[in-house]
Amino acid sequence: MNAPSYTYYPGCSLQHRSHAYEVSNRAVARVLGIELAELDDWNCCGATEYFSINRLPAYALVARNLALAEQAGARELVVPCSACFLNLHKTDAHMRQHPHLEHNINLALKAGDLHYDPGSVRVRHLVEVIINDIGFETLSKLVRRPLYGLKLAAYYGCLIVRPDNALDDVEQPMLMDRMIEALGAEAVHFSMKTACCGGHMTQISETTALEMIHRLVRNASVNEADGMVTICPMCQLNLDVYQDPANRMFETSYTMPVLFFTQLIGLALGLSPEELGFGQEFVSITPLVEKIRDTPPPRAKPERRPRQALPMPAMPH
Amino acid sequence: MNTTRPPTFFDRVVAATPQGELLSQCLQCGTCGGSCPSAADMDHTPRELFAMTMAGLEDEVLASNTPWYCVSCYACTVRCPQQIPITDLMYTFKQMAISSRRFEHRATADWSESFIGFVEQRGRSFELGLATRYHLFHHPTQVVKMGTLGWNMLRHNRLTFRPRSIRNIEQLRAILEKAKAIAEKEAVG
Repeated sequence: MNAPSYTYYPGCSLQHRSHAYEVSNRAVARVLGIELAELDDWNCCGATEYFSINRLPAYALVARNLALAEQAGARELVVPCSACFLNLHKTDAHMRQHPHLEHNINLALKAGDLHYDPGSVRVRHLVEVIINDIGFETLSKLVRRPLYGLKLAAYYGCLIVRPDNALDDVEQPMLMDRMIEALGAEAVHFSMKTACCGGHMTQISETTALEMIHRLVRNASVNEADGMVTICPMCQLNLDVYQDPANRMFETSYTMPVLFFTQLIGLALGLSPEELGFGQEFVSITPLVEKIRDTPPPRAKPERRPRQALPMPAMPH
Repeated sequence: MNTTRPPTFFDRVVAATPQGELLSQCLQCGTCGGSCPSAADMDHTPRELFAMTMAGLEDEVLASNTPWYCVSCYACTVRCPQQIPITDLMYTFKQMAISSRRFEHRATADWSESFIGFVEQRGRSFELGLATRYHLFHHPTQVVKMGTLGWNMLRHNRLTFRPRSIRNIEQLRAILEKAKAIAEKEAVG
């Protein structure tokens, strides 16, 4: 059987700032037997910035990538960054829903001899491709070094499940929790799993951003997570790089490792930290790696309320 | 009798937003502000801002810091019982504030404009150039603090001095110029 091949849109963050994510995506794809063929001459998606300034050029910027993918004969476009994923997905959806907008975007694309038929390229996030196309069963069969003893918080961030894609529940998704369990680790309860990391707010109003980062790390920590698993370069950057400034602001001392989900899969597949791009992170992952045990720990039974805790009315004497 | 009237502020907001017409269905329930992770730092909650929009308080709405503190996480949008595209409305307010030059949050808009400047020039974002330009201009007193963080980013190999460009930048520029021309024409007409 030929290895399934996907057209791949890495996005600007993975070029340098979060190169570790790109390295681990490539390494894991190799082991899983999928090919990630980079979309030729792709451009920036505009992040959250362009839509704040001028809507039509913002759509056109995104649409050039969709048009290039369609021109190359791609039926699907796989994206590892949640912000890129949202912009590509949203532009395709809005072009389908609003004929006037579609007309204007294609009028702009025509200036570059391009055209995009909305709906012709299906935009997918890499995490969903690995989970749905490879599957939990195959994934657990490929595990060489089960992550026994690790307790992890699955952090989805905001954009992957919102606003209008039917990937998973918009508030309490479980896809990545099940992936963590398939790798031998324990997914801890994490009520803020889809809360925002602050995005570009670290640059606009640092105290606002640090408060959001602090809330997330605290929530993972009170649920006894050994680390947080992300699927977005922006989330990883904010939680990792700004964890120390947040500690200073709130007088805390969290050292919560923040991994990309492909780095976690890679560890379970038996790849070395170098092969997975470790070294770019600010918070060391060493304590986390050292917690991995050879045998599965006994699972504590969920605590049940003692019966006498519920007072029952008694008959008078 | 002439029944046509010039479009109100509310009409213009609705027209500039995909599915913006749903704004007229706002119940003033406040789920948006209650769901917002950055609401505490906003001048007005989204609910207040929508009431002000309906009341035609254009100057107050466009001067509010609220849209600029929106982190675009769509928590309000997915919870809104009336399916109002709240995040997209925030984008509309930002665009109107920039084009009418009636707002007091210049630095925030500059961050977006600088980011886009690099993208329009090269087709890819360039973090080091963006952060340097923005912080030297807007927070010169904090340059030492930002410099420390930048140095740590460099040390962890997370920043590059060499911006990247796409090959067919002329094509991208032609597309963006055309898109701007259409947008301008529609704004006038």
